[in-house]
Amino acid sequence: MAKVSMTVNGKTVSGEVEGRTLLVDFLRSDLRLTGTHVGCDTSQCGACTVHVDGIAVKSCTMLAAEADGAHVATIEGQAAADGTLNALQQAFQDHHGLQCGFCTPGMVMAAADLLKNNPKPSEAEVRHHLEGNICRCTGYHNIVKAIMAASGQDVSQIAAE
Amino acid sequence: MPKDSGIGASSKRREDVRFLTGNGNYTDDINIYGQTHVYFLRSDVAHGRIKNIDTSAAEAMPGVVRIFTGADFEGIGSIPCGWQITDRHGQPMQEPAHPVLAIGKVRHVGDPIAAVVAESLAEARDAAEALNVDIEELPAVVDMKAAVKDGATKVHDDLTSNLCYDWGFVEDNKGAVDEAIKSAAHVTTLELVNNRLVANPMEPRVAVGDYNRSNDEHTLYTTSQNPHVIRLLMGAFVLGIPEHKLRVVAPDVGGGFGTKIFHYAEEAFCTFAAKAVNRPVKWTASRSEAFMSDAHGRDHVTKIELALDADNNFTAVRTETYANMGAYLSTFAPSVPTWLHGTLMAGNYKTPLVYVNVKAVFTNTVPVDAYRGAGRPEATYQLERVIDKAARELGVDPIKLRRQNFITEFPYATPVAVEYDTGDYPATMDKLEEIADLSGFEARRKASEAKGKLRGLGVNCYIEACGIAPSNLVGQLGARAGLYDAATVRVNATGSISVMVGAHSHGQGHETAFPQVVAEMLGIDESMIDIVHGDSSKIPFGMGTYGSRSIAVCGSAMVRATEKIINKAKKIASHLLEASEADIELKNGQFTVAGTDKSVAWGDVTLAAYVPHNYPLEDIEPGLEETAFYDPSNFTYPSGAYACEVEVDPDTGKVTIERFSAADDFGNVINPMIVTGQVHGGIGQGIGQALLENCSYDENGQLLSASYMDYAMPRASDVPFFTVDHSCQTPCTHNPLGVKGCGEAGAIGSPPAVVNAVVDALQSGGHKNVTHIDMPCSPSRVWAAMNG
Ligand code: FES
Ligand code: FES
Repeated sequence: MAKVSMTVNGKTVSGEVEGRTLLVDFLRSDLRLTGTHVGCDTSQCGACTVHVDGIAVKSCTMLAAEADGAHVATIEGQAAADGTLNALQQAFQDHHGLQCGFCTPGMVMAAADLLKNNPKPSEAEVRHHLEGNICRCTGYHNIVKAIMAASGQDVSQIAAE
Repeated sequence: MPKDSGIGASSKRREDVRFLTGNGNYTDDINIYGQTHVYFLRSDVAHGRIKNIDTSAAEAMPGVVRIFTGADFEGIGSIPCGWQITDRHGQPMQEPAHPVLAIGKVRHVGDPIAAVVAESLAEARDAAEALNVDIEELPAVVDMKAAVKDGATKVHDDLTSNLCYDWGFVEDNKGAVDEAIKSAAHVTTLELVNNRLVANPMEPRVAVGDYNRSNDEHTLYTTSQNPHVIRLLMGAFVLGIPEHKLRVVAPDVGGGFGTKIFHYAEEAFCTFAAKAVNRPVKWTASRSEAFMSDAHGRDHVTKIELALDADNNFTAVRTETYANMGAYLSTFAPSVPTWLHGTLMAGNYKTPLVYVNVKAVFTNTVPVDAYRGAGRPEATYQLERVIDKAARELGVDPIKLRRQNFITEFPYATPVAVEYDTGDYPATMDKLEEIADLSGFEARRKASEAKGKLRGLGVNCYIEACGIAPSNLVGQLGARAGLYDAATVRVNATGSISVMVGAHSHGQGHETAFPQVVAEMLGIDESMIDIVHGDSSKIPFGMGTYGSRSIAVCGSAMVRATEKIINKAKKIASHLLEASEADIELKNGQFTVAGTDKSVAWGDVTLAAYVPHNYPLEDIEPGLEETAFYDPSNFTYPSGAYACEVEVDPDTGKVTIERFSAADDFGNVINPMIVTGQVHGGIGQGIGQALLENCSYDENGQLLSASYMDYAMPRASDVPFFTVDHSCQTPCTHNPLGVKGCGEAGAIGSPPAVVNAVVDALQSGGHKNVTHIDMPCSPSRVWAAMNG
């Protein structure tokens, strides 16, 4: 067991972890931040996406010990303190970018990373950026639309509701 | 003007807020004080005899609480099958036992052999590695046609063969169908495979068992689409726990698509073991485990023949299908290739004669059961593919050939035992031609050619039977359950409402759409109404969510219960207003005496029901809560027309979806935004089946596609934006909302559109010998077809 401490959503946290403990397990089990999900065991679904020091990371591919001293952001820290959704979260709701919600935290975190580096991505750029995030429910249509809308682009010409 | 609330409004989903902020409550998010973890040791061979399991070394490992093997489940019930098929000769299907943990033999890769319960998952896994299991490997049966040959190795030693059943439908029509095919002007024949798929909801299955010694009550938290069905199957048939001592909770569930309908061994294990070790027991599937333990879907091998007369009218359809059951019968497996498939083989067409033969086969593979569409995608795919092939052979336009054979009068009794209540197939085809801009296709084809790409157009129709189903009918067909649903509308004293519904929402947005209906009926704000679902202790009963049945069946129960509420509330209002009950009108949440300005508000009436000081106690009881069970009188029949345009790279065989359009008729629509989203998701899965997904086994029964490295899930870049329309609406005539259901349509209608388009692209590129490519139309298969 080793001691780790890090900043998660602005709060300093610490815990005792085994060497093999993954960051996602530390978040979910030790910190009870269960918004970050686990959808696979081969690092391919992106349900576990969080930000570590400002960069989108699949938290199932990183050991908790590796995040010692890092700044971690999870889905739980995205809305305002009073619960108001941020622009990206709001766009997901407005454009029906989620159904079962299981991929959603990872999608939002991956999309936030994209918009930080590319404030007005094209459709192709959004689709390409989501290569590591699988959604089984939406056919991606409304996820892509929501992300483009969140970037301030006019999505009214994109087919249907 | 689009409405902004009530029926027909695209109300934003209230459930989104918790999902978008990480506050969902999925089963794996549940942790109970004192909980243990279970790890299942699963078979790594497809078929074998268990000679010995030595647990001694494992038991000495740190953290181990207890190790279970099949021996612990001797005398415990078998995991039951919920549907019995009677074969062509009037005999019941062969039904093997399905133990919770393997007894004597393992029958597929992934079959659970032993379960290690430990303080942590890591300790359970470590201890499982120390288990000493001696298995004598036996030859595996994988290919269905080989499995039913004489002398084939048997999956179940106590059955007479690997044939579960040989089903004929309609058996009495067989002679006439054979005759019609013999005497037809033209017969088109097509042999095809409906590829085996894995449903892959993004949330893997999870089960948490808990036992309360003080009142002898069991609780199972599980990733289920139908908690009451699990309570019944597991309680009554496996563990012998009466319903009043068993609570099943399905909290937020991260997608189901059919594969979370069924009762699984892990659920029974966690419930059983929680009592045995006297601590909560939790199991969370890894994705690899999901691939080898979630019921798979499809896996049909079919030969279809379509007979036409000299004027191109369809005269008969004959099919022969081998349907894979896998190693055991999953909950609804036998019904999928039979009643959910054979009854749809008339499609949207007036074909007078249909005969469907299905041979269901046991193999050493994971059990196969319903996956989004369940039987209806298989029916639609073969029919719409053979029609396309016939059109090409006859040199007629495939859309014209379909239109010529459309059913146009309703109700319409098909030759396969169902009666379509409503539909307008020419209208959906007209709408499709418009939204897909089919008249612009040739110009787009030329543009693709100029880029060196082959462009193809595929069009098809579909019909499905949803809203399963009249209980007395399905009882005759072999269902071991009724298929009604239930709702309780509980009006609180201050007027807010909880509606306890038997349907379960795992992405469908019931929490938003169901209140829209009640709000419309009562004229009150949607925000005053909440849905309660997924907990057998809170809901009267429910058969759950599958087969696009939630709004058609459970929604109808909710309407009936709300009507009872309105009736009683009017009685109370008439008393408060000192008017005759017949004169009371309910509008915008106000009860008014017709023709006067005398009124009381909704909240006054609800308060009176709970504070009955001035109340007709001699006539009615206090309180305002009503329950209704609704058993539909028929299936519903959504239908539509789909178009896909693809580009094929002639150098690599890679297929790109350029355009995809869907014109559906779902009858009345409660929330257009949600309905559109359901169609998008179905199309995404259908494109996945058509181009990418394939669950494959090698000849030894090893699962080759057991992770996302080997099983190609559709990604954002594999699909375009879709054009979806559901403005063609022929309301269902037999349910109170006139709704038909929309959950499966996209997955049913899209695979043939894609494959029709791929074949069209190759044909237009001069590959005239290519009349079919089996799904998935991967680059290698398409390239091989072009260069074969
Ligand atoms: S759980 Fe991390 S990528 Fe799937
Ligand atoms: S919303 Fe269900 S997986 Fe994306």
